[in-house]
Formats: sequence, structure tokens, C-alpha cells
Amino acid sequence: MIDFKDITIQLGAFSLEKVTLHIPTGAYAVLMGRTGCGKTTLLEAACGLRPLKAGRIQLMGRDVTALPPGQRGIGLVPQDGALFTTMSVEDHLGFALRVRNHPRKVIRARVEELADWLGITHLLKRRPQGLSGGERQRVAIGRAMAAHPDILCLDEPFSALDEETHADMLELLRRVHRETGVTVMHITHNRREARALANPLIVLRDGQVVEHDLDSIGTTPNPTNDDSVEDNDDVNGF
Amino acid sequence: MSVGQGQRTTAEQEERNAMHLLPVRRADVPFLLALALIASVYIILIIGILAAKVFYVELPLVGEVFTNPGYRYAVILSLLSCSVTTVLSVWIAVPTAYLMTRVSFFGKRLVDAILDIPIVLPPLVIGLGLLMLFQTPPGVWIQQHVRFTYAIPGLILAQFMVACAFATRTMMATFTEINPRQEQVAVTLGCSRSQAFWMVVLPEARRGMIPAATIAWARAMGEFGPVLVFAGTTRMRTEVMPTTIFLELQVGNLGMATAVAVVMLVTSLAVLVLMRIAGRGMRMM
Repeated sequence: MIDFKDITIQLGAFSLEKVTLHIPTGAYAVLMGRTGCGKTTLLEAACGLRPLKAGRIQLMGRDVTALPPGQRGIGLVPQDGALFTTMSVEDHLGFALRVRNHPRKVIRARVEELADWLGITHLLKRRPQGLSGGERQRVAIGRAMAAHPDILCLDEPFSALDEETHADMLELLRRVHRETGVTVMHITHNRREARALANPLIVLRDGQVVEHDLDSIGTTPNPTNDDSVEDNDDVNGF
Repeated sequence: MSVGQGQRTTAEQEERNAMHLLPVRRADVPFLLALALIASVYIILIIGILAAKVFYVELPLVGEVFTNPGYRYAVILSLLSCSVTTVLSVWIAVPTAYLMTRVSFFGKRLVDAILDIPIVLPPLVIGLGLLMLFQTPPGVWIQQHVRFTYAIPGLILAQFMVACAFATRTMMATFTEINPRQEQVAVTLGCSRSQAFWMVVLPEARRGMIPAATIAWARAMGEFGPVLVFAGTTRMRTEVMPTTIFLELQVGNLGMATAVAVVMLVTSLAVLVLMRIAGRGMRMM
């Protein structure tokens, strides 16, 4: 469960005022909205990467407003993956457990389990350089899921992927969600992605949250009254 | 060498750029030739000064640089002091550059301007400033414990003052290049800020340390003004290769000055090549 209560964030000239948002436990929430409307800021606030001026954030019923990012039980997958270029895939998958000082045996077992689950066992010794876009995002998802987070935050994770890989990754995310029951907050500009995954679809407009009926993206030409939402939306004609 | 103040092109960037180069067409040739003509003036000058030195140098005198204890002392002191200065510079540059690029704080612009002072200030003025600083009560107190003026620690400090500014700029360019999201991801995975620094950011920044060390070493090697004023030119004490060249020129011994210059040139080039090889190795690690 993700609960934003009247949160206000000030970032230089940009501000979000009194945003309230509720995402139930186990939901796959997709967040859409105009570029620069504050979607990423909201996601970063949930992760503890942006200080709040006012308001409270509860995750899984626990008030995390004052907690550091690492204690919030969150996994983050940024747009470009932001993989650590000096580490192998294996190091990525074991990172969260290594930071928590888990025994080496436990880490190795979890790395193998994750690699198998994500289909990247053959990449374990490789560095991020030279991995394909899809492979990179698989590693980023594995790294985020390693410590069994309650919440997975994805910030336009597939914006740079080709059509075929994109479809594979959607399927993978569905599987991750189904098999772990993790609560997801997924930012995208791509309506096909939203349609495939969203439950619920949340639109941020004029600094306020509007919950949208999924069907509305199918029927309304432009549900958010916003040009940028059509970015990457090149197929299926909705 | 792809290092410079505040600017650094990585090998990956070069490779990426090379893939997007325009093909050279016949119609472009006059334009490109004109550019090449302008560039060649500078490149020919560089090769010219190197060639002139090699052409005019008398080999027996180069031998004397290593056999004569006075000259040999200057060579060894140059190499040692530059190495110490380089280590100190990178050691200070890394935390300074991290703070300047990854933390916002009050007065950051002012600090940024202050960091440029050693780069823009005439070297002699830096030396004079150091001399004055060590006349103040805190300076005098320090000198009672470690002697700086006209001594080897002073020589290293004089080199460090300028070298560190260049190393800091290079490290700032490196930290700016590193995706800040990596650090964000690291803290969401359970790292404290310092863990994220040691485990993620610093290993990423390693690729910038070789260019930073190279530029610090090169600046320290060539440092003359502050060394002259603050550390003096006492033979067998604070004499380094640039001071030897100056002293030999003063007494009209152009042959010896050239010989020392050639030794300086060869050692500098050798160090630059070694650093480049080390840099390649690091990128592959």
C-alpha cells in the first residue's frame, strides 16, 4: 500500500501542492501525465529521495516520511537502468544483500535464483557495457527485487527498447508482479504499456491526481489532455 | 592525452562520436583543408620545439645530468616531489569534487570561484602568497614544527597549490559524467550515503583519477614560479629540473639547460604514456 497524504514538494521553481494518492497493496499502478508534471518527483518522494515540505507518506501501513530510502522496503528501476558500470551482473543482483551483510552463501543462492527467474544466468559474469537494452533492464529489475521489497518503483523503464523487447519486458513485469505480489508504481508515457499493465491507471494533471478508468485510454483520443502522453505511442491506434 | 581543465572525453565517447561522423565528400575538401592548415600551424610548432631540443642537445651533457650529483639530485627531487604532489592532489581533489558536484550548499558558487584562483592567478603571485602566509602567526607556528620555506615540504606545497586545482577540475568533470541515479539506486538498496560513495561512486570515479593524476603530475613537473619564490633554488636542497634550466640559462650554459630540458621531456612523456596505459587497464577492469 502506498499512501501520500497532502504532500507538498518544493524543488526550486517547481512545486507539487497537497497531492493525495492511494495505491492499494498488490496493485499495479501506472502513473501518466505531461512531461514535467511531477510524476518522477512523486516516485522519488516515495523512495525517500526528495524531501517533503509538508504531508506524510505511508508505505504498507508504516509511516516512512522520516525514514531513509534504504529502510522503506522499496526497489527502484530508473529510466536508463542506471547500472553500476564497474560491477558484474552478479554483483548487481547481490548488491542489496551485500549491503545488508548477509552471509556469502545466502547471497549466492539469491543471485542464482534471481538470475534463473529473469533468464540472465548466462550474463552473470558480464559487465553492463555491451548488454542489450532488455538485458540491462532485467538486471535493474533483479537488483531492485533482490531484497524482497514490498514496493517496486519503475520510472519509464522501457522507453528506449525496441518493439519486440518491449513486449517481452511487459510480459516479464506481469510475471514479477503476479509471482511476488509486489505493489508497483510504474511511470510511463506509453499508452500501450499502461493498457497492458495498469490497475489502476493514475493520471497527474495540474499537480493533482486523477484516477482514470482504463477503458478511457481506449476510447478517448487523449485521456490526459496532453501531447506528451502520445510519446512512444505508435501502435494499435488508441 | 585526453585530459584538460574541466573537460575530458572518454574513450567510449570518442568511439560513439566516431560512429556518427559525416563522410568526407569532394565538395568538403577545400573547407576541411583550410581547417587543417590552421590546425597544422600549432601542431608544427609543437613538433618544432621538440625537434629543436633533440637536434641541439649534446648527448655527453645528457649523460652528465645523471653523473653529476647536483643535476642528478634535481632529477630525483623532481620525480619524487611530483609523485608526492600528485598523490596529495588526487587525494584532496576527489572529496572536493564530490562535494562540488553532488551536494548543494550555501555559497557553492563562491567556493567554485575560489577553486579557480590557483588556475588564473600568476604563478609568481601564488609563491609570494605562500611566503606571506608562512609569515603570519599560524604559519610561523607550523614552521616551528615543519619547515616549509626554502625546504622540500615548501617545494611540494608550491607544486600542490596549482596541481590540485587542475586535478579538482578534472575530477569534477568525472563526477558530473557519472549518472546520479546510480547513487540514488544504491541508497534505495540500503546504502548509507558514505556506503554509496565507497561502493558505487568512487569505483565509477576511478576512470577520472588517471587523467586527474596525469594533469597534476604534468603541472607539478613544470611548476617554476611558486617554487622559485617559496622554495628557493638552492642546489642539492630544493633544486628541481625547471630551476636547473633557469639557473643554467642565467649563467649562459645553454647546452646544459637543453640537456636537462630533454631529460624533463623524456621523463614527462614516459609518465604520460604509462598513465595512459594504466588508464586503459582501468577501463577494462
